[in-house]
Amino acid sequence: MSFKAGDVQAVAHLARLSIDDSRVPDYARDLSRILDLVEQMNRVDTDAVNPLAHPLDMAQRMREDEPRETVDRDAYQAVAPKVRDGLYVVPRVVE
Amino acid sequence: MHELDLAEVSAALQRGNFSSEELTRALLERIERIDRDLNSFITVDAEGAVAAARAADRRLADGEAGPLTGVPVAHKDIFCTRGLRTSCGSRMLDSFVSPYDATVVERLAAAGAVVLGKTNMDEFAMGSSNETSYYGPVRNPWDTERVPGGSSGGSAAAVAAALVPGATGTDTGGSIRQPAALCGITGLKPTYGRVSRWGMIAFASSLDQAGVFARTARDAAMLLQPMAGFDERDSTSAPDEVPDYLAEMESTDLEGLRIGLPREFFGEGMDPAVSAAVEEAVRVLEGLGAKPREISLPSLGLSVPSYYVLAPAECSSNLSRFDGVRFGHRCENPADLEDMYKRSRGEGFGAEVQRRILIGTYVLSAGYYDAYYLKALKCRRLIRDELRAAFEEVDVIAGPTSPETAFRLGDKTDDPVRMYLSDINTIGVNLAGLPGISVPAGFADGLPVGLQLVGGYFREGRLLGVAHRFQEATDWHRQRPGAYA
Repeated sequence: MSFKAGDVQAVAHLARLSIDDSRVPDYARDLSRILDLVEQMNRVDTDAVNPLAHPLDMAQRMREDEPRETVDRDAYQAVAPKVRDGLYVVPRVVE
Repeated sequence: MHELDLAEVSAALQRGNFSSEELTRALLERIERIDRDLNSFITVDAEGAVAAARAADRRLADGEAGPLTGVPVAHKDIFCTRGLRTSCGSRMLDSFVSPYDATVVERLAAAGAVVLGKTNMDEFAMGSSNETSYYGPVRNPWDTERVPGGSSGGSAAAVAAALVPGATGTDTGGSIRQPAALCGITGLKPTYGRVSRWGMIAFASSLDQAGVFARTARDAAMLLQPMAGFDERDSTSAPDEVPDYLAEMESTDLEGLRIGLPREFFGEGMDPAVSAAVEEAVRVLEGLGAKPREISLPSLGLSVPSYYVLAPAECSSNLSRFDGVRFGHRCENPADLEDMYKRSRGEGFGAEVQRRILIGTYVLSAGYYDAYYLKALKCRRLIRDELRAAFEEVDVIAGPTSPETAFRLGDKTDDPVRMYLSDINTIGVNLAGLPGISVPAGFADGLPVGLQLVGGYFREGRLLGVAHRFQEATDWHRQRPGAYA
């Protein structure tokens, strides 16, 4: 698999990542190498194998949906880039 | 005082040979003097450390002290610490101060440990050399032209240079064991789920596991004890009861212990001098009664390829939370929401993190999911099943932690795949969720070599016991880098 410049920018858009055009050729080369490595998986036939998501086969633990700790909004918003009146401020979304 | 290991520090504090404040001030002074060379700390918390040391001294005086009361430690900068910056080695979190403590931080604090500061690391724990840190590379105390390994390179270098007797780390593909090997110290990655991931900044959640660095297996057991155990705030926390690790360690007998040596751990790309040191270490274990024999784990060859699908896939999902809205870096003057997302992330993340987000996004994208992500999950089962089956035949698996000793700074930064192969012997252990430890096992050309021991699920006590018996019979773990002895 070889990654082209256009592929890098298309995936970068999906990831909402701005990448300077000058760095695209290096990324294309690196990602192609990584996919070559990854494709060594194809040496093995896995048609009859079930995928494994959790190494200990644990199931998702559930609990009752009851209110517990209360979030301290001021403490959480103290690290936000921009807040006003307890709200997170972002560029205008709806005109 | 700095030359004492963690158990010796603990004993000296209990006896009152010196106070925690005296020790803490001495280590802070040592960090101030030496860490300019090594760059192993991102943030030193002198004020907080002295205050915690004084509180510990009061408990020691009142006879209310536990084994870790007043013992200085450092946290990898991936663990959230309330009121103390947590950067994760990234510009993205350069000014981030967490509103809460990670469970690991909380439990070690409750046990009385004194936090000296936060250690340097590869950005978001992605790297094997500590060169991807926004705060610059860490240097190996054995040779400052060389890397300490990664991603927990700061913790490893700080313990190796005796800046602190113990430190925390995290291990997603080898990030505790490989730096421990390259810095000549002991590093333990517990079973997946043994130590809570709560408040530990997520990289690849199905692989991430917190663990410890120290000089000896005994020290590692002492640190692990309060950290381990169920935490309802971590959805994959293991409910299994936590044994008394020191007691299990002390009662470990190597007589008849079956050690499997996977031929794949000694395969292509291994430095012969590293293999030779590890083979000699295995002979030492054999001399203590263990029964080594060669085994074969052919699916291990799938570890690195499948890991570089699964870890980037999980990282691309986990790191989507960094969007410039609620915390972390936000770009200047965003034109609109998409511009804000893209530029905040483009500016906040370094090249290796971006590479992994791109790979992860690609393998999860429409049309590629089955060929990459699903295929990798199937390979993961083959690897896990093969390792699990091996533990029916052997008690412990052994081999070199890393295929080579510490490499030179810049040696592998141009080729990510060469860097990734640094973890060829450690990644399979994460995919299977097993515990592993690296212990000093000799030198090759003056640089430390690590012996990796892998145990069955939740057999940290036995793993520590095997490491402890080995350390009783050898003094590799007592060797110190001359420039920072």
